Amino acid sequence: MSEQKLQSQTVQTTGHAWDGDLQEYNNPLPVWWVYTFYATVIFSIIYWTIYPSWPIGKGWIGGVSDITYVNSEGETKTHSWNTRALLLEDLNQAAVAQKPYFDKISAMSYEQIAKDPEMNGFILSAGKALFSENCAPCHQAGGQGVIGFFPNLTDDDWLYGGSYDTIHQTLMDGRRGYMPAFGEVLDGEQIDQLANYVASLSGISHDSTKAAAGNALFHGETAACYYCHTSNATGRKDMGAPNLTDNIWLWADVPAADAAEGKVSAIRNVIASGLNKGVMPAWSGRLSPEQIKVLTVYVHELGGGQ
Amino acid sequence: MQTGLEDQIGLYQKRIPIFTRSVKGRFRRFKTSVLVLAYAIYFLLPWLPWSRLDAPAQAVLFDLPGRRFLIFGLTVYPQDVIWLALLLFIAAILLFFVTGLVGRAFCGYFCFQTLWTDFFIWIEHRIQGERPARVRLYRQPWDREKVLKVGGTHALWILASFWTGLTFVAYFTYAPQLVIDFVTGQAATAAYITTSILTLSTYAAAGLMREQICTYVCPYGRFQSVMYEPETLAVHYDARRGEAAHGRASARAGQRTLAERHEKGLGDCVDCGLCVQVCPVGIDIRDGLQYKCISCGLCIDACNTIMDSFSFPRGLIRYDSEKNLASPEPAAPKVQWKRLKPIGYGVALVLMSAYLVYSVATRGSFDRAVNQIRQPLYVVLSNGDIRNRYQIRITNKAGQDQTYVISARGIPESALDLGNFREVTIKPGHSGLVQASVRLPPALAAKTRHFELVITPQGKPAEVRAEKVRFDMPGKRP
Repeated sequence: MSEQKLQSQTVQTTGHAWDGDLQEYNNPLPVWWVYTFYATVIFSIIYWTIYPSWPIGKGWIGGVSDITYVNSEGETKTHSWNTRALLLEDLNQAAVAQKPYFDKISAMSYEQIAKDPEMNGFILSAGKALFSENCAPCHQAGGQGVIGFFPNLTDDDWLYGGSYDTIHQTLMDGRRGYMPAFGEVLDGEQIDQLANYVASLSGISHDSTKAAAGNALFHGETAACYYCHTSNATGRKDMGAPNLTDNIWLWADVPAADAAEGKVSAIRNVIASGLNKGVMPAWSGRLSPEQIKVLTVYVHELGGGQ
Repeated sequence: MQTGLEDQIGLYQKRIPIFTRSVKGRFRRFKTSVLVLAYAIYFLLPWLPWSRLDAPAQAVLFDLPGRRFLIFGLTVYPQDVIWLALLLFIAAILLFFVTGLVGRAFCGYFCFQTLWTDFFIWIEHRIQGERPARVRLYRQPWDREKVLKVGGTHALWILASFWTGLTFVAYFTYAPQLVIDFVTGQAATAAYITTSILTLSTYAAAGLMREQICTYVCPYGRFQSVMYEPETLAVHYDARRGEAAHGRASARAGQRTLAERHEKGLGDCVDCGLCVQVCPVGIDIRDGLQYKCISCGLCIDACNTIMDSFSFPRGLIRYDSEKNLASPEPAAPKVQWKRLKPIGYGVALVLMSAYLVYSVATRGSFDRAVNQIRQPLYVVLSNGDIRNRYQIRITNKAGQDQTYVISARGIPESALDLGNFREVTIKPGHSGLVQASVRLPPALAAKTRHFELVITPQGKPAEVRAEKVRFDMPGKRP
């Protein structure tokens, strides 16, 4: 009550009167608010002048500010200010910072890179980034692969060889693993015998009578497994034929099967249906030679190389 | 109902300008020495040279792009953030400790707001004269004299503020180069922005807002009062002595000596008002302890000067405790530390300071982080052996190149494969990454739950550090 009375006494009116006594209070906005409002108007005009603002037809007012950066080729580029150009500036700054490292990489031999602590640090971080972006979808983040699909790069078994040169070749040109389906030329009994023989090579429990028969098939001309896997079953790296005598399995998921019968059955399936899915794409057109070199050393280090 | 001062003055109050009178005395001398010392340190420290191999020759340099703080012979890396935490903890406890004993000593003598305001008032005093001259100048119209004097004061304030801002920036980059770059327009944008913000804020805080910062802005001023106890020493007016039975009165004829005054029942306070005139926050200490008081002691100096001139005993305004003042027979004021709070804070202060000193003194010359690679956690090799891999990151915190030797404890030495890096040399301030792979036959792997990776700086066998790591294999549960 008293507050209202106070207001009617102190608040001024606009000075107009209607119907004799109808008056209008004059309650102007606070001065600080008005000036802040004017300041925002001035600010927006300055902003429009400097930065991209109004759309005009298919284009827009670009603003007077621009972004200049030097790319890794040493060329100076200038764009009118926009967030995409800002990103380009950032990316090129990073590329310029990386360039000395990549220049060194292309000048050094694999062995020199692997012995230089600083370059080795660069390989571990740049290689990880490149691997995560390009290789991890198949070979998984740590290079551990997936049994039945993609080889494990962290073990000491290399289908096509683990030297720098063979890894480099694999990356550049890709690989295509192939094994014919023996279900078309052998009967079920023979395939079972072969499977038992292959299991015996890795010390998995098996039927030794069947394995002996399998041994004959393996080295005979009907199945002729030894053509690719060699007569002592250690495989041929020049054609990607795996070593059958070690503990490493790529296509038959032997480690996952619990019972001996399951392990033999996993091998049997591979022999019967063959393989035509061991495809590694070629990266020569997609990555730069330096990037492939970084990946070569990185992958070599993953499995300890050969 | 009693209402507080704030209720009486309204929420939006126009600032009443304060023109402080200069005063001489013990507390003024102490404040001046703190000011000179603090300014000498703050303004000169960035210019102190310090020879370094791998960084600019500046004794104190906060090298943000290099992610390190160079403080004389000490290099602090982000990993040492615990030191900053300790330092902040010590600063906080020191504040609590001192406040509990002698009140807002930080506010009155050491706070940068107080120091800079004091300096700005000194400039104002040098140009515009003593308090009466400044009051006169304030009241007179804007003539030539006023424009020159007030303008000159503000110009000097802005100059001082600018140098304050630039000095702050000089802690983050090589100072001599910064000044040249700053003038020629080649310094970093951040340097210009920081300097402008600090120039403006220093000018505003120490020149224009002054005591309003302490009263309205600063949280410390408010929460320091909760640390006061009845035993805490603070600047007090001895009302019992000053007011006596019939209150304070001026020293007119007939009430000039103590004997005359006591006979009339008058207090010792001659109501000269000098304690109010010297107060930088514009309060009357005779109203009692109040939140605006920053405890600078200038009113003590002022009152003592007057007491001396009348040959009255000193200490009408003095450092004393509420408890002592209220007691029937007040003793001589002294610091009362035999209480739970000061002793607790004191113990915490000593422990934390000792730990900080110990931690800095026994810092290693390198940092290390050993992580087991988890993708994959283990690999079964072609002959059935199990391999685990580990990533070792070594950061060289010493001032020169250092070679580190990596070895293993708890497994056969031949099981550890470090590629080419059984020894790795790392540049100062840099980190090196080494991949270790450990290969164990299944029988040994099953027995090995943990082993240690040992990093030894070459030539410093005392600084050897061992990191315990796990060894995993299929089917093994931790």
